[in-house]
This record gives sequence, C-alpha cells and structure tokens, in this order.
Amino acid sequence: MNPFTKFLFELQEISLLLWSALTGVFRRPRYIPEIIRQMDIIGVGSLPIVLLTGFFTGGVLILQTFPTLEYYGIHNEAGRSVATSLIRELGPVLTALMVSGRIGSAISAELGSMVVSQQIDAMRALGTDPHKKLVAPRVLALIIMLPLLTVAADIFGIVGGGVSASYIFDQDLNVFLNSVRNGITSNDLLGGVIKPIFFGLIIGGIACHKGLSTTGGTVGVGRSTINAVVLSSIWVIIFDFFLAKAIQSILGVGII
Amino acid sequence: MLNSEEFDKTLVIEEDLEPTDLEDAVDEPNRVLPAIEFRDVYLSFDDNTILNGISFTVRRGETKLILGRSGGGKSTIIRLILGLLKPDSGQILIDGEDVTVYDEREMMPVRQKIGMVFQEGALFDSLSVYENVAYRLIEQGLDSDEIDMEVRRMLQFVDLEEAIDKMPIELSGGMRRRVGIARALIGDPEIVLFDEPTAGLDPPTARTICELAIKLRDLQDVSSIFVTHEMNNVQYLSSEYATVNEDGQVVFEKEGEKLCLINTEVIMLRDGKIIFSGSDEQLRNTADPYIQKFIHGKT
Repeated sequence: MNPFTKFLFELQEISLLLWSALTGVFRRPRYIPEIIRQMDIIGVGSLPIVLLTGFFTGGVLILQTFPTLEYYGIHNEAGRSVATSLIRELGPVLTALMVSGRIGSAISAELGSMVVSQQIDAMRALGTDPHKKLVAPRVLALIIMLPLLTVAADIFGIVGGGVSASYIFDQDLNVFLNSVRNGITSNDLLGGVIKPIFFGLIIGGIACHKGLSTTGGTVGVGRSTINAVVLSSIWVIIFDFFLAKAIQSILGVGII
Repeated sequence: MLNSEEFDKTLVIEEDLEPTDLEDAVDEPNRVLPAIEFRDVYLSFDDNTILNGISFTVRRGETKLILGRSGGGKSTIIRLILGLLKPDSGQILIDGEDVTVYDEREMMPVRQKIGMVFQEGALFDSLSVYENVAYRLIEQGLDSDEIDMEVRRMLQFVDLEEAIDKMPIELSGGMRRRVGIARALIGDPEIVLFDEPTAGLDPPTARTICELAIKLRDLQDVSSIFVTHEMNNVQYLSSEYATVNEDGQVVFEKEGEKLCLINTEVIMLRDGKIIFSGSDEQLRNTADPYIQKFIHGKT
C-alpha cells in the first residue's frame, strides 16, 4: 500500500472512530463519571506543565523582542506583541503539544495495553462498546479541557511576559498591561479558544486510534505510543496553519 | 449428564424431529434449537486460511471440546461466535439467530447471553475483583444490593470470596482465571465460551477450572465450548460428571454403567478443517495417525 493510500485509510478509520464515539455519547448508558475522571486527569493533571510552559514562553518572548522594539522606539507595545503571539498562536499550539506528549502517549499506551491483554475483547464480550466507554470520554475531556488549559497558559504567559518586562527591562507593569489590553480583541480570544477544540479532537482521535489498533504485544504498545505522540504533534502544527487561515478569513483576526 | 430414563427421553427427542412431538416432549420449544451452530464457515487473513468450511452444532446443555494445535483456529471460532471477527462466508447461529449479518450494536444483546473466559483471564487492571465480576451488572444499571449479592454468589462458586477486594495484580494466574470465570458467569449466561482456560496452570488448578466447567454443564444446564490442547482437560470433562450428594455438597463422579455422558463431544481441528467429531472414546480409538500423535504428545 502506498503512503498516500495508507494515509487516507488511517484518516478514514480515525474519522469513523470519532463519529462512532461521539454519536454514542447520546445513547444510554452514559459514562458521565468517566468523562469527569478523564477531565480531572487531562485538565488538572496537565495544569502544572501547561502553566510552566506558558509562563516561560511569555518571559522568553519579552526577552527576545523587547530590545528590538526598544530599537524602533515602540517598546511600550511589548505587552501587545506577547499577548497576540500567545493568544493567537503559541498558547493553543504549545498547550496542545504539551498535552499531546503527556496525554496522547498515556491514552495510546493504556488502550494499547488493554488490546494486547485482551481487555478490549473482554469489554466487547461483556456487551460494552469500547468506543463509547473508552474513546468518547477521553476525546470529550480533551475537547473540553484543552481550551481551558490554553486560557490558563495564555494568562500565565502574559504574567511571565510582564515579570520579564518589569524585572529585566524595568518597564512599568501598568504600561505593559495597558498594551496587552489594547492589543487583544474579542475575536483574538475567540480564535484562541476555537483552535484547542480542534486540537483536542486531533490528539484524542489519533491517540485512541493508535492505541486501539495496537498489534505485536508490548513492543507494539511502545510503537503505538510513539506514533500517537509524533503524529498528533505534527498534525496539530499542520492543522494550526489551516485553522489560522480560516479564523483570519472568518473572524478577521490578524488582518490590519 | 443423564440417568437412563432421561437418556432414553433425549434419544426420542433426537430421533423424532416432528415439531409437535417435540413441543410435548420438552418444556421449552426453544430447546430444540442448537445453542450455537456453524454452517460452512470460511475465514482467512490475507493468503492464510484459518477456517476452511467449518460446520458443527452445540446443543443446549452440551459441552463441545475443541482440540487442536496452537494457531489452528480454535480461538478464532470463539471470537467469531462473539462477533469480534466476521467470517468471509458461511453462517453462525446463536439461538437460531444468524449473527454474521449483525453489526456491533446488534451484537450487544447477543453478547449479553454469552459468558467468555479468556486465556489469561483478561481482567480489567484498573478495577478490583469485585468491580471486575460486577462489571456486566453495573453496565446494565442493576441495583447495588442485587449486584453485591450476585458478585458474592459467583465468587463463592469459584471459591474466591476472600479475594473480593483485591486488585488483579495481586492474584495468581489460577485465581485470575477463576475471577475471569466468575465474571463470565455473572448474569447467568446460557452459553459460556472457554478459551484455553487452563493453559500454563499447574495440574491441581487446571483440574479446579475443569470442575467449574463440569458444574456449569451438569448443574446449571449451560451450553459451552471449551477450547484446549490439553488431553487432561478432555479426560476430565468427558468422563466425569457433577452431582449433589445427600449432604447437599457437589461431588464429581466418573461415568460408568449407571450413567452415560452424552452432553460432551470432542471436535478436532487441523489446518482450519474439522478432522474428527465424536466422543472421547471414539477419539482415543481412531486410527488417524495425526490424532494419535496429538493424543500421545508426539510431534
């Protein structure tokens, strides 16, 4: 099978998996406690790494851009540059990449182990649909929690930028915050929250598909985990480009 | 296991297939339908033929022992019954329903009446023994008191009440299989499928697993398929029966002049085909050199 055909088959399988999982949510039995448990694991569990990433990304953005802005005499706009970069691009993408590494790998490894130890077969034999019981709660939790984590990363990024501007470049914090406030629009915020919803779908779909299609015992679990993280990270970055273009066209974000 | 009177009655049922007479002869009209029926089933993966025109039936209350070498398609038969795989052609009937045309959602109610014992137990690692055994009933949304009672009854059946709060990781191989049996039996399924449940177990534990299968067959009228490649299992299941003595205890006795086991049959697979079907005595007396080598453990 050539790579393009293989890609189309995989895309079809992931789409069917997501369709089967998400349409199953509306049928009984509903796994609400499992969705909440996954939201806790994905959301609360990922919060520290996402906040740290956001904080230091904001800090390093100021560190790198402030001298240039100062050279052109527009260093009072440093807050705007950090906020727009973070909210439009870096917040959603970096959060998705961190979650892909932490959660995508965990989902794929867990489902893969269940496949090789026949637990998925056992679940089906006991009359439970694994797509509904295992895939849907994870994908839903990712779709719900990723935007929230992104918002938290954005806030901590701006805080990191403020701390960096204030302590390293002696900029007044009010000037920085005013610049942030003037620089971002409601459409920026909306676009910054829409992106993670799609990223959640990508990470959840790829990780669950890779986990459930594991073959070859424990070696296969390792292979699935690597594939899940690599593919979901790449697709987050590729899809970000098209989403950014769509958001630009629809919401007018980033067009002056 | 039948006494002579019941044996005669069963023979009458089998020989005379007039529907009206059958209804008179048995309480449930459905009893005449086989629990499981394979009709000319073919399955292959790429160029590798796994099942090549398999046909057999499992009557109600019957245990069908499926023998064969590893990789010979024995476990595939079980996966086909559960709808975990679909055949390339042929029909598989469960209680008279052709499940080969069923999709995943339509299979769910069929699976509710089947219990499956996996080779390694396939217990859910993240759930305790209690939660594993109760899994099916929790999914069905039963009352917690009812679930508790059923779980304890099943764990008592497999003699593992003390392990109720343990996690699967804390159990030995034999205990895991027994919990797997308890999980398969909860909800009193009409059909139980055993996929090499004694593989890798010490002889006493393997014997315990076989005794559980005998109890199900003789005391609970469960139809079952017992996939194995161990001749000890064949000997236990086809020559012993369970009965309740005067003290109310379950005892195992060898078939003899008094009783004749007609509810256990052996089929043997080779290269995806059934090369033998009959009783264990017929199996042992067959002249087929392949079967003789298999029985005596020669390659």
